[in-house]
Amino acid sequence: MKTSISAIINGKPVQSSVEPRTSLADLLREELRLTATHLGCEQGVCGACTVLVDGEPARACITLAVGIDGSDVRTLEGLDQDALMRVLKDAFHDKHGLQCGFCTPGMLISAWDLLRRKPHLGEAEIRIAISGNLCRCTGYQGIVRSIKAAGEKWAARTAPAQEQA
Amino acid sequence: MKPAPFDYHRATSIDDAIAHLASGDAIVRPLAGGQSLVPMLNLRLAPVDKLVDLTRIAALRQTEERLDCIRYGALVTHAAFEDRRVPDASNGLMPFVGSQIAYRAVRTRGTIGGAIALADPAADWLTTIIALEAEIALAGPNGRRTMSGTDFATGPYMTAIGDAELIEAIIVPRRPNTERWGHYKVARKTGEYAESMAIALIDKALGKARLVVGATDGAPLVLERSSREIAAGNVGDSLAAVIRAELAESGRDFSPEKLLLHCTTAVRAVADSEKR
Repeated sequence: MKTSISAIINGKPVQSSVEPRTSLADLLREELRLTATHLGCEQGVCGACTVLVDGEPARACITLAVGIDGSDVRTLEGLDQDALMRVLKDAFHDKHGLQCGFCTPGMLISAWDLLRRKPHLGEAEIRIAISGNLCRCTGYQGIVRSIKAAGEKWAARTAPAQEQA
Repeated sequence: MKPAPFDYHRATSIDDAIAHLASGDAIVRPLAGGQSLVPMLNLRLAPVDKLVDLTRIAALRQTEERLDCIRYGALVTHAAFEDRRVPDASNGLMPFVGSQIAYRAVRTRGTIGGAIALADPAADWLTTIIALEAEIALAGPNGRRTMSGTDFATGPYMTAIGDAELIEAIIVPRRPNTERWGHYKVARKTGEYAESMAIALIDKALGKARLVVGATDGAPLVLERSSREIAAGNVGDSLAAVIRAELAESGRDFSPEKLLLHCTTAVRAVADSEKR
């Protein structure tokens, strides 16, 4: 029996009718063709499918699509114009934060959430914070450098605004 | 999609959820944050005919401050503790525990009530609430009841929750501000389930102590004798020998390696309390 849901996905209202067993990841990829959200393990371990639900990171493979009724969902595609995501993508480019790219969307969203909450982090803290996102090719060195560089750039950019406030 | 088909009901109130949970022979499970249940559905390890989604029940998200305790709704997330969006009565232990469960994308959705209801011996909250002498408020077809966390946990993945019963809230007594907590967890990887964990609550001013070891093969162990020794001022190798003996005599049939692991974890939790 299908259940109707309505949600805001990447800023646009979306209505759908889903089987209760459909994951948010499958709704995004199969129905909405938002394929930046990657599916690795499909059991909540690898972090490749991390998206934002109501502004907070969530694993789309273990979030049921029926559960997001009324929520605001943002995938990597929906952060295309976001200033912090731009800084992160540039840093991943400059510091070799990816090789095959499979983990990258989840890594970028986790890093986006991390830097939004805590821009000033050392390497050890970054490593702990991204421990829920598995990368099987970079060895994490480039990813950690990218997030650190993006954090420094983002902090420098937002610091004057904070002083004014 | 990975799971086998199931029906779904979005509960509107606690009574509505209980009514839907009580449905004869069908396997009906309540869904809170889903961070353990949905992976188990994806792996087809947990059979289910129907899910009752609790997440829209506002009453389960409320936190209430009382004179001698704080009553946390079952759906308060780990991240809410981590970010201190809910009040704390544990001198910082609950925010700390909340901050190191799994990963942020799990903590934003996983709930304290869901974690306790599952009673995974290796999960963090069950050991924590038993250490804090918290009580569990349950609501079911026969009304409401409250029981201690120690009585609630009966074994690995086994609790006192009855048919169609739900955890409504976790009631944590306000701990004295003279109390110091210590925590130690052994995990293979950051965010992984614990191989062993221990929490020590030591109040030198009041001469009280409570030492609990979790991630054993059953419900968390309250080490009563070791706690009395800590309260009496026993330290070092002599205390370690008491902890080891109490664990060995707990009837849990620990292998020599596990005994050493749990003993070491407990000793380090006691030592950690000295740093705070």
